[in-house]
Amino acid sequence: MGSIIKISGPVVIAEGMSDAKMYDVVKVGNPKLTGEIIGFEGDKATIQVYEETAGIGPGEPVESTNMQLSVELGPGIMGQIYDGIQRPLEVLNAMSGCFMARGIDAPSIDKKKKWDFVPLAKKGDSVSQGQIIGTVKETELIEHRIMVPPGISGKLLLISEGKHTVEETIAVIETSSGKKEISMLQRWPVRKGRPYKERLAPNAPLVTGQRIIDTFFPIAKGGVAAIPGGFGTGKTITQHQLAKWADAQVVVYVGCGERGNEMTEVLEEFPHLKDPRSGRPLMERTVLIANTSNMPFAAREASIYTGITIAEYYRDMGYSVALMGDSTSRWAEALREISARLEEMPGEEGYPAYLPSRIAAFYERAGRVISLSGIEGSLSAIGAVSPPGGDLSEPVSQGTLKVVKAFWALDTALAYRRHFPAINWLTSYSLYLDAVSGYWKKFGEDWRELRAKAMALLQKESELQEIVRLVGVESLSINDRILLETARSLREDFLYQNAYHEVDTYASERKQYGMLKIILDLHEARMKMAFEGQPAKDILMMKVTADIAKMRLVPEKEMESKFLAIEKEIRERKSSPGGM
Amino acid sequence: MAASVAKEYKTVSSVSGPLLVVEKVSGATYGEIVEIIHQGETRRGKVLEVNRDRALVQVFEGTSGIDLPKTRVRFMGKGIELPVSEDILGRIFDGFGTPIDGKPAIIPDKSLDINGSPINPYSRDYPLDFIQTGISSIDGLNTLIRGQKLPIFSGAGLPHPQIAAQIAKYAKVRDGSQFAIVFAAMGITFEEANFFIQSFKDSGAIEHSVMFINLADDPAIERIATPRMALTAAEYLAFEKEMHVLVIMSDMTNYCEALREIAAARKEVPGRRGYPGYMYTDLATIYERAGRIHGKKGSITQLPILTMPDDDITHPIPDLTGYITEGQILLSRPLHRSGVYPPIDVLPSLSRLKDRGIGKGKTREDHSDVLNQLYAAYASGKEARDLAAILGETALSPLDLNFLKFAAAFEKKFVSQGAEEDRTIEQTLDIGWELLSMLPEEELKRVKPENIAKYHPAHMQNKK
Repeated sequence: MGSIIKISGPVVIAEGMSDAKMYDVVKVGNPKLTGEIIGFEGDKATIQVYEETAGIGPGEPVESTNMQLSVELGPGIMGQIYDGIQRPLEVLNAMSGCFMARGIDAPSIDKKKKWDFVPLAKKGDSVSQGQIIGTVKETELIEHRIMVPPGISGKLLLISEGKHTVEETIAVIETSSGKKEISMLQRWPVRKGRPYKERLAPNAPLVTGQRIIDTFFPIAKGGVAAIPGGFGTGKTITQHQLAKWADAQVVVYVGCGERGNEMTEVLEEFPHLKDPRSGRPLMERTVLIANTSNMPFAAREASIYTGITIAEYYRDMGYSVALMGDSTSRWAEALREISARLEEMPGEEGYPAYLPSRIAAFYERAGRVISLSGIEGSLSAIGAVSPPGGDLSEPVSQGTLKVVKAFWALDTALAYRRHFPAINWLTSYSLYLDAVSGYWKKFGEDWRELRAKAMALLQKESELQEIVRLVGVESLSINDRILLETARSLREDFLYQNAYHEVDTYASERKQYGMLKIILDLHEARMKMAFEGQPAKDILMMKVTADIAKMRLVPEKEMESKFLAIEKEIRERKSSPGGM
Repeated sequence: MAASVAKEYKTVSSVSGPLLVVEKVSGATYGEIVEIIHQGETRRGKVLEVNRDRALVQVFEGTSGIDLPKTRVRFMGKGIELPVSEDILGRIFDGFGTPIDGKPAIIPDKSLDINGSPINPYSRDYPLDFIQTGISSIDGLNTLIRGQKLPIFSGAGLPHPQIAAQIAKYAKVRDGSQFAIVFAAMGITFEEANFFIQSFKDSGAIEHSVMFINLADDPAIERIATPRMALTAAEYLAFEKEMHVLVIMSDMTNYCEALREIAAARKEVPGRRGYPGYMYTDLATIYERAGRIHGKKGSITQLPILTMPDDDITHPIPDLTGYITEGQILLSRPLHRSGVYPPIDVLPSLSRLKDRGIGKGKTREDHSDVLNQLYAAYASGKEARDLAAILGETALSPLDLNFLKFAAAFEKKFVSQGAEEDRTIEQTLDIGWELLSMLPEEELKRVKPENIAKYHPAHMQNKK
């Protein structure tokens, strides 16, 4: 037991701490605030405290728990909302009311609830670390696969079917160093990635139902993406859309230093929203970590690690997991703040010199892997970045750009024009096209060509617009005017997507492909009409454009017939053109 | 808290800016309040850092005239508190919670720590109730919702005090309940503060208002406490006395500058433009004290005002504010110059919470369509205006000319209104329809056909 000698905000220095180890969790002062040791000098430990330190004074005790900052892993995580250090907010609310009290400790996982354990292994089997030895039905959507904890291998002496709490022994394993009792509960230090057997390259898209992402700038399952953008550009809405509609089996959403009302929105909305594939409430596959901007920022620093460790745990069960971090800039700011309190030498803009390596190490925990149990799982990570003044030259954006392979640049100008999602199609990119092309061939052999063509049209449009600005649209050739029309259609009818419209909020792969194909088919048809010398008015004013403008609102069920009708109309116009 | 009896020390060892170092202190705790007594004058301060028996104290009233041997420092053993009771309504306090309206001190129900505690995100209710401010460009396009924090980004010399006073006067919700108003003035001029007090008195709003006034010549450091005083009063009224509270804070820029002053005095590593790196977190502890709480009837809606230095929205103060608040109302100097009041620039303004607070049962079913269409049409009109500036109006297509006219009419009829004009949401939407009818009907792509049939002036005449 040590005692406090200095307090400066969330950084506390205590002496007499020679028994404690680096990164041990400690209980600080009389109210027993949770903290973590982040440095030693002799027997003086520097402690980062995750709660407000007002009212603490020198001489108060500091006690080490002899444990690193860890998360509890086991049935009961799914559907929970935690703070940055995995305290369940619902339980805290019951214990201390609507304002966050200090020094309260609540179990991360319900220790009393009994789960029906169904063994997959039997007595006498030899099992190894990470192997799945049984399952529990955690929610309607998620079968929680119970794995042998890392570091334990041997012969199964006992395995106990039936109702158990997470702490009861469900199996006994004879290892080389003696018998080991196993429960459904594991602990894992958050700052250390969970082990796997083999890392694989991504090969399939994480389908999000967002047209500009899936068709233009896809992210692969196991991939990493960043969404940078100034305020008001729609980072959070984009993250929410991904959390709602991405075809991941498990979603971990980390609200890191953002608004309280946004977390409330997720909490109120997700239980009512249905997963488009299973028809079940989204909350059954979602874990929320909420450390809002007014909660202590040291816990904000921990929150993304808490999130990704939980995500890795479900990945190890063989699920495809998506982690959304909103926003990584707030995490970096917490890092900067702690660094300043430690009086470290600052790097760029006051951020510590190790910021880029911390960012890179975080994103590197994503990936597609063969887990220790031999099944495949993936963890995709999508981080929002909030650059000051929207300027991407700042250290957090730059550190992120170096490691992510899909980049969705949100654009203030687009947001002002109410073009949502305000992802700029000229500056965004994705390096996962090769990885996902095979998948998209199922929906159309020419997917990649169509996409390339659409991108080229949009690129050409931006060049032409310069000319139009100077000399007016009338002076352009008919081919260029057709191009401008098609590009406008791509922007307004395809890329524009209304997150609040019940149909438009999600577009299936088939629908996305169909819409893109129709827009480009019309382009071809018009080019042909122009070649045949038909009047500009007939070419540009085609009735079918009204139907094309409404394509995004066509429900998936009616899609086939409606799209066929549009295709037919385009073909007929070709032979019998006419104005409006 | 460690000490129940206040202990007094005469061991000040150094003074620098607003900071004092006191030696040989026992039992001081982080964040506790201290009194500094010098020649019969008492100032207040707060412990910023404790290192063994040495405490670093920030003095709110500044350190001028303090000398080392004669100064006594008393540690009070508690944080800064605001005494509250329902009697605070109708009262005017200084930036530190002392009455300045000549009436006696209130008899408190209790004393509350002004730093509050963060609201558990699980305990929040999502803001859903429309607040009618009577201003079309806010109600129609950037709707304010009960429990929201919506700042006004202004510039020096723009009429933000008038707009804030107008909102304070006319703001109401559909269920008829009224707002209690908490007003925090930070470093504003006597005239501006007086304008608010006078306009509150004229409209009778003073009866259900609490005012905390820190003027430009009051100690800058006191400004750190002022918004927290105001929000503590607001939380008491909202969550213990079940009132709907509208908090107006002006001017947040002065608050941030006070923050910078302390950071500089502490020799901290400066961030952008010299503001401390933790300014985001610090501002969040103010702005996040807005909202609704599950199971409580009251709510806190914040309307902070800040003047953007040099009208620059990328300046750290508006930038960090925008990242925390749920949108912004942006005032425009060009509109102000061309005589538009209120000069609200609707395109970059935004209310993030509007989507669930408008529509059928909240405002009117066509609200969202009209809003989107007005935005799109005004944006097209502004583009046409830019084009006309380069090429001349003659080069515009008939449609672009149409949009150009629309934009001018929109600024004149929709955005402009009198400082005493209180428009209902129906009036606002009807003006919107009147303007939209200037455009060809097939251009109204964002309006559902059934709403065109029901509300478009041309169709309404047909029906008659």
